[in-house]
Amino acid sequence: MNAFVQHFTYEFKTGLRNPSLLLINYLFPLGFYAMMGLIMTAINPLFTASMVPALVIFAIVASTVLGMPSPLVEAREAGVFRSYKINSVPATSILAIPGLTTAFHALISAAIIALTAPILFDGDTPVHVGAFVGVTLLTAFTCASLGLLISVISESSRATILWSQLIFLPSMLIGGLMVPMDVLPDRVRSFSALLPASHAMELFSGWAYGRETTFNLPASAAILVSSGVLAFLLSIYLFNWDTRNQSRRGHPVLALLVVVPYAIGALLLL
Amino acid sequence: MRETVLQVTDFRKTYGDLVAVDNVGFAVGRGEIFGLLGPNGAGKTTILECLEGIRRPDSGTMDILGIDPARETGKLRNLVGVQLQSSGLPATMTVREAMRFFCAYHDVAPRYDLIERLGLAEKQEAQYEKLSTGQQRRLALALAMAHRPPVIFLDEPTAGLDVGSRSELHTLMRELQKEGTTLIMATHDMAEAEKMTDRVAILLRGQIVATGSPAELTATGDGYTKVSVRSEHSVLSDNGTSFPAVRQRVVNEEYVIYYSVDPGPTVASILRYLDEKKDRLIDLRVERPSLEERFLELTNSGGAA
Repeated sequence: MNAFVQHFTYEFKTGLRNPSLLLINYLFPLGFYAMMGLIMTAINPLFTASMVPALVIFAIVASTVLGMPSPLVEAREAGVFRSYKINSVPATSILAIPGLTTAFHALISAAIIALTAPILFDGDTPVHVGAFVGVTLLTAFTCASLGLLISVISESSRATILWSQLIFLPSMLIGGLMVPMDVLPDRVRSFSALLPASHAMELFSGWAYGRETTFNLPASAAILVSSGVLAFLLSIYLFNWDTRNQSRRGHPVLALLVVVPYAIGALLLL
Repeated sequence: MRETVLQVTDFRKTYGDLVAVDNVGFAVGRGEIFGLLGPNGAGKTTILECLEGIRRPDSGTMDILGIDPARETGKLRNLVGVQLQSSGLPATMTVREAMRFFCAYHDVAPRYDLIERLGLAEKQEAQYEKLSTGQQRRLALALAMAHRPPVIFLDEPTAGLDVGSRSELHTLMRELQKEGTTLIMATHDMAEAEKMTDRVAILLRGQIVATGSPAELTATGDGYTKVSVRSEHSVLSDNGTSFPAVRQRVVNEEYVIYYSVDPGPTVASILRYLDEKKDRLIDLRVERPSLEERFLELTNSGGAA
């Protein structure tokens, strides 16, 4: 327990000490929130309806998918994981604790957005607060697991950028964050069903705000849960202590299994 | 006979087509300081990494206090302390945090005394990336010793350390040895190996070519003692002079150097000759062959010497 506390405390502080992580955990999402609150609400007043969940998802995806993988890969390249290994730090802790602390930072940003948007920018408050919190936690878990998987399969920190952007950019464009899901063309909507942000946005709309949705909500929740669990388990399975040590338990291409729940959802359930 | 705490038998490790280590075997006793010497790529780090449970041997057996490092890594962690050659700690972790962090995983109280002992007291709140190379290595060493393991592996322990820190480290190693800790060190520094180790194994191209105490190793090989003489009128520079037990003579600037198999008669004869020639002795040095010379002899001959 003491080891967990020490590790969690250290990793949490790192999110504030490391300038890159501070930027991606707080300055980037909160700056974007302020900009969207000032500009987007003036251009499109309807944005206030989806502003809170959209920017909460943005903060979570930015911290977990965009920000977390690169420092983990750099740590592996610098031999930090080797030091951890010889000092009894288990692989599960090496992955789970940064995942937890990053999600924690994202949740702080999310809380700031959720609490201030209704006051500062007239953003809609959720009707069901419990559901809002639940969907926020589920989104943070799924995205943190995906971020961990990206860090495990990336050969270098440059490769993480590619994988992260493969999730981040489409999430912004067709994940329902900026453009409502129901105005997207059918083909684009099917493609957006491959993104965790789309399912999260639908869950917020349906369960937290009581609005009409396009996706089947229990299916979306099941997809987020199963992909989060699958991504975390695959991260543990494919984890490599050392860039120089080429022996690993499975080929990184196995990571694509994480797409399966989304693909099944897109084909059968939606 | 010391109790054996570490035993390696018929160890082999390959990386693809490259045979890194082959047919290596040695045993280390409790409280012994054992050195692994060899040029770059000889296989020292591979042996250490397999003993540390970081890599798995292809064949052969390894045993540390009854534990197989490849299979029982969980049990191994509290039995061994490791200072890696390239040990990385998180860039933003402070010295004090590192001690707290790793001691928590070993389930022992933090050893802040080691931070002071290794000259890092003023750097306790400094982040790892702000430490000098020497300070980073000293921290890695403090962490390796923190949980008081019975066996400690040191990979190039004094690389990057200044003279004072080296001396402090050597004192610390002796104290650990007195307490019964077994130390296995890989090093390029022959003077350090000669001074600190009880026994060494010299590795060449993945195989042990010589093993024994530094004294035993230097006594084998050509075994010549170097006698260097400088006199006022340089009468020894004359090619015609010869002395008993001398196998080779070299003139090096103002010194005449004799390689002798029996330095006693050689030195006595030289002094007598100088006296006869009314020449005055300015400097006389008698040096046993060093471990470094023996090492070079072995590496130059491909291990056949």
